[in-house]
Amino acid sequence: MSTETSPTPRTGVAIEVNQGGRVPVSALVTNLREYGLVLALIAIMIFFQFTTSGTLFKPVNLSNLVQQNSFIIVMALGMLLVIVSGHIDLSVGSVAGFIGAVAANMMVTWQLGIASNPLVVTVLCLALGGLIGAAQGYWVAYHRIPSFIVTLAGMLVFRGLCQAMLGGGLSIGPLPQGFKELSSGFIPDIIGPLTLVPPVVNAAGKTIVGSGVTLHMTSVVLGLLVVAAYTWFGLRSRWARETRGYQAEPFAVFAVKTVVISALALFLVYQFASYKGIPIVLILMAILIGLFIFVTRRMTIGRRVYAMGGNAKAAQLSGIKTERLTLLVFINMGVLSALGGLIIAARLGQAVPQAGLGSELDVIAAVFIGGASAMGGVGQVMGAVVGGFIMGVMNNGMSIMGVNVDWQQVVKGLVLLGAVVFDVYNKNKA
Amino acid sequence: MASTILEMRDITKTFPGVKALSNVNLRVEEGEIHAIVGENGAGKSTLMKVLSGVYPTGTYEGQILYSGQECHFRGIHDSEKLGIVIIHQELALVPMLSIAENVFLGNENAKAGVIDWELTESRTAALLEKVGLREDPRTLITDIGTGKQQLVEIAKALAKDVKLLILDEPTASLSEKDSQALLDLLLEFKRQGITSILISHKLNEVKRVADRVTVIRDGRTIETLDRDEITEDRIITSMVGRALDDRYPPREPKIGKVIFEVKNWSVYHPLHSDRQVIKGIDIEVREGEVVGIAGLMGAGRTEFAMSLFGRSYGLNITGEVLLDGRPVDVSTVGKAVEHGIAYVTEDRKTYGLNLIDHIKHNISLANLKGVSRHGVIDDLRELDVANDYCRKTSIRASSVYQLTGNLSGGNQQKVVLSKWLFANPRLLILDEPTRGIDVGAKYEIYTIIARLAAEGRAIIVISSEMPELLGITDRIYVMNEGRMVGEMPTAEASQEKIMRAIVRGESIPRGEMAS
Repeated sequence: MSTETSPTPRTGVAIEVNQGGRVPVSALVTNLREYGLVLALIAIMIFFQFTTSGTLFKPVNLSNLVQQNSFIIVMALGMLLVIVSGHIDLSVGSVAGFIGAVAANMMVTWQLGIASNPLVVTVLCLALGGLIGAAQGYWVAYHRIPSFIVTLAGMLVFRGLCQAMLGGGLSIGPLPQGFKELSSGFIPDIIGPLTLVPPVVNAAGKTIVGSGVTLHMTSVVLGLLVVAAYTWFGLRSRWARETRGYQAEPFAVFAVKTVVISALALFLVYQFASYKGIPIVLILMAILIGLFIFVTRRMTIGRRVYAMGGNAKAAQLSGIKTERLTLLVFINMGVLSALGGLIIAARLGQAVPQAGLGSELDVIAAVFIGGASAMGGVGQVMGAVVGGFIMGVMNNGMSIMGVNVDWQQVVKGLVLLGAVVFDVYNKNKA
Repeated sequence: MASTILEMRDITKTFPGVKALSNVNLRVEEGEIHAIVGENGAGKSTLMKVLSGVYPTGTYEGQILYSGQECHFRGIHDSEKLGIVIIHQELALVPMLSIAENVFLGNENAKAGVIDWELTESRTAALLEKVGLREDPRTLITDIGTGKQQLVEIAKALAKDVKLLILDEPTASLSEKDSQALLDLLLEFKRQGITSILISHKLNEVKRVADRVTVIRDGRTIETLDRDEITEDRIITSMVGRALDDRYPPREPKIGKVIFEVKNWSVYHPLHSDRQVIKGIDIEVREGEVVGIAGLMGAGRTEFAMSLFGRSYGLNITGEVLLDGRPVDVSTVGKAVEHGIAYVTEDRKTYGLNLIDHIKHNISLANLKGVSRHGVIDDLRELDVANDYCRKTSIRASSVYQLTGNLSGGNQQKVVLSKWLFANPRLLILDEPTRGIDVGAKYEIYTIIARLAAEGRAIIVISSEMPELLGITDRIYVMNEGRMVGEMPTAEASQEKIMRAIVRGESIPRGEMAS
């Protein structure tokens, strides 16, 4: 709904621009939406915590949750940029499956010597993913073929190739232990464990499994370091604003926000530390999330993607090379799809023909639940991540509750619709 | 004395945080052409949306009386039933449907859902005749020009048995000739007893056709003028609330050496590659000089400018661009910007702004390097820049975080200008810099142009408003059908002289220049 702008009294050359003095209202609204999403995630988690009689937050289940959903989140990071730039990529699930099949063949079947080493395979597969992204992005960017069609074709092509590489319906495995660590490993405890509560020893002189609390100290220290860094950067940015004459958000708001987020992070770290430590894949995910937040919010290339999605013609006339940028967005998507495929294969310990099947829909849903606009130009990394976790927690929670897979789909579909309707309703009200 | 067909009493309409209309009163007599004028954001369009039911009853305060009956419209459908039809600034036609299909869209000649195509086409043909449009009813909308599309809109209104026709800025994107034809049509309707409300910025048009004028400012009715009171000065005074003695700021040009030259510039149409759009143009611009390019719609001025600016228009571009006497490569927008050339588009919504992003991000977009280091944006630096330019160009907004889509036309134009000023150009090409913006904002834009020239920049202004060119430029080129057909110092120029150059230019054989 368009509203006419406020009629301002005309008093010559009036300067009524807020010099950034107050907290900008629109920024607050954006944040509110983000917090709203986080609150929704927390509400869903608490709901499942009750309905699963406390299983959801059990350390072992949290590790599972992360390991099961990490590939969705990783691919959602790429999908966010694709959607913000005004496109869509339907091929990510098939590309992930295909890359998994290639990786398994390289490590198990083909016997390539040094090229069968899990690390080398990973690097080569990520590069192959980038190539696939470039091949699709080329048609979208330089020939203006709608991305929906190009990637629909890609979805068919790479699912077919995936199955062909696996000899039609077979699976290839087992994959080397070193490779499986990518998904199921935990960071090594270089500091050594700390026993908080000694395990209970029963009459027979055996310790009862699961009793007592032993902390994985490396994880704890890492968690503390991250929280300290988060607080430090928050303070530094406040200080920078103030010395430049801009008012930062009220200190109370900042303090509450920092404390709540830190407490939440430390609680999760504690849960992980009391099991086997932080999963490797969570570290990988956290680094990628941080990187993409930085790229989208602080780097010129990120800004250009948003401008292109908001108005491609205006962006082009502002000197932005929109074709090349589109190509880069798709290459990035290809690399992350490949990483997603490797994570899936590592978790299953083998490559299977159905790997990643249908996951493109989960990935796209995560981005839209996270508040991205289907028209492009709008969307936040944190939104997509939280959206991904909302999907993941629902999957996990409903599975523990014993909800039938069919009904799980119904619920997820309704949540997607509900989230977007809520978003549109809010925007119209504002 | 004619009877009153429409009376709007004490209309008040508030949006969250903004009072768009407060106690507006409007009385329209049957059979008159009633003009509503006011600056952008004054509330004209809002008032018309209240009248037509776009804002349904209950969302505003006040009364609407139509033919003496109080009305409560719940949607456009209700108002159209009574013969109130509004034609919006942005045409509501479906481009890939035919004229006939558009004319009867939502109002089809159908029985039980089955359309009678013969009746549709014959009725359309009759309506097209009425509005003076000679086109086959089966022609697609996309194949006819904006002027003709406007006429289709009017035919569509007639199909609904219109009694009160509301036109919101109908001539904003029409050529002079089409505008005149449209105004004649309004006068013809008046003879047939159709009442019209005309919303317009173009005071000369208002003066020509309106019986009475209501002036709205800041969401209030200021006054209603009768036919014999209508003069441009009177209306302007009433619109801005102060007398505008000078519509153009005073300026003492300090013109230096030639910094920008174009030699033998030729461009072909991007789709029809055998059609030459720009035919061997030479121009030059000096330091501190404001040069105008006059011409009719379709003369090729925008095409010329955009082809210069990183080949953003056209194919097979040939010719030479010289900066300070040295040939430079301007084959991409990036290179053109690097060489200090900036182009401010005539269509700010389509080509100028990211409407879903805020002012700050829009201003820095053409010069992200200026607010970043190694590809990392310095947020506070960007904030400084945005605030600085908001002050320099007096952008009126709640903060630099306001979405540009929510700004008035004048403020949007200032954001686009700021974006290009921050790129620090030596040559600034302004394409219709004051189109669709109000008198007050125009003056501010002129002031900015004067200041930029005083700083020693070279400026090209493309404008269809001849008084504007005469008011702010130092020298004027006249363009017609892809050629420069005249050049004159502004001091010696007049509207008649420019028109004569255009008309003469048409009959001049290929390759010859009249200067």
